[in-house]
Amino acid sequence: MYSASDLKKGLKIEIDGDPCVITQFEFSKPGKGQALYRCKIKNLISGNTFDKTYRSVEKVDKCALISRDYTFSYLDGDTYVFSDNETYEEALLSSELLGDRRYFIVDDMSVEILFHNDRALDVTLPNFIELTIAETEPGARGDTATNVMKPAKIENVYELNVPIFINEGDLIRIDTRTGEYADRVAKG
Amino acid sequence: MEVRSALEARDQLLKGIRSWFSDAAFVEVETPLVLSTPCMEEHIDAMSCGDRFLRTSPELYHKRILAGGMKKIYEVGRCFRADEVGRLHHPEYTMLEWYRLDATYEDVMRDAQSLITKLAQHFSTPPPTFHTFRVKDLFMELTGWNPLASFDADRFDEVLCEQVEPYFTALGGASFLMDYPKEAAALARCVGTKEIHAERWELYVNGVELANAYSELTDPEEQRNRFEQWAGKRASRNQVIYPIDEAFLEALSHISAAGGAALGVDRLLLWLLDKDTLDDVLPFREVWK
Repeated sequence: MYSASDLKKGLKIEIDGDPCVITQFEFSKPGKGQALYRCKIKNLISGNTFDKTYRSVEKVDKCALISRDYTFSYLDGDTYVFSDNETYEEALLSSELLGDRRYFIVDDMSVEILFHNDRALDVTLPNFIELTIAETEPGARGDTATNVMKPAKIENVYELNVPIFINEGDLIRIDTRTGEYADRVAKG
Repeated sequence: MEVRSALEARDQLLKGIRSWFSDAAFVEVETPLVLSTPCMEEHIDAMSCGDRFLRTSPELYHKRILAGGMKKIYEVGRCFRADEVGRLHHPEYTMLEWYRLDATYEDVMRDAQSLITKLAQHFSTPPPTFHTFRVKDLFMELTGWNPLASFDADRFDEVLCEQVEPYFTALGGASFLMDYPKEAAALARCVGTKEIHAERWELYVNGVELANAYSELTDPEEQRNRFEQWAGKRASRNQVIYPIDEAFLEALSHISAAGGAALGVDRLLLWLLDKDTLDDVLPFREVWK
């Protein structure tokens, strides 16, 4: 158990059995009064955020989260199936939970999955992924400006902005944390 | 804020404070930082220093000085409070305390107003507009609840943090909140017959609590009762119980009346420099990060 005075921004705690993270934290103490620990908390399962104020006498449950290494196996409808690198046990993540990151998952990709009581909560992909441009307006030859962007699609329909010198067939690197173009790996 | 400008601003503030108190014929005093027992209050925890304690306030020594006959005294110095770390809290901080013999909380309210107005001029900041609210009236307006009639400590603290402070922030300027419920009297004297209130005020500047003041409780028996009551509440929460300072209680019987105030100097600097967090005015805060 944590004491209220252990609370801080970024700390993961458990409330009513659900894993949560403190996204904002403020210590306050009205004159001569008791210490109040005012938190904004995000439920890591539902994604809902809410305010909660703890008093110094209150205890807060710790949240047991563990990360394990997995490899992407296959897509089953809307569900991404990963297998444990050691035990080969499968872990399932929905495309809804993955959001745009689902476009960056490729065969045999190594990922880290975060679990709370055997429930997969989140996945960390490699920071960068290389993908080929499937569709974009032709680039202006010789124009190497990197600050002028245009829309493009990669092989699996994900859309992003790329510099105007990028052409169809080019291999680019995408930052999976932001979903943005990073640099060009090779011309198509 | 870089170290040099933070230190220079603090130097200006301390000079301004000393100049105001010197003009008002106060005597600057020094009292011990290391105490055999700190002032016991319900929610203030002292830091240990070997087998002794660091002071949480110079208050009890100042009252002993008043009992010795000095009429107007002040001190600017470091005070220490355990486990208070936040945007507006730092375990080691600078406190200004001043006391007037034969005076009330209204006398030190006028002092606070004059001091802050002068310091604002010193820093070329427009002096704040001062507002005054009674606890009963403001709580009734904001919540429909009169804490003087039916006190609830948890609710009282929550309303202060979640409604009163934002109200004062929106209002701007400086606000005195006065006449507290007797249960929140701390070391203030209580008056009244039907609905008793404590002669205590707190000053907020732009919603940040800056100072606390009392018409001092000078009845040693009542003071002993309060210490014992707080000891009981602290025991129920497994907090350290501090021995009662008998020298202070003895001195109290020699004071008829007094008014005193304690003001957080770091927070005052925050306001004068229009900053948001103590990180901006305390140049060496890394110890408590």
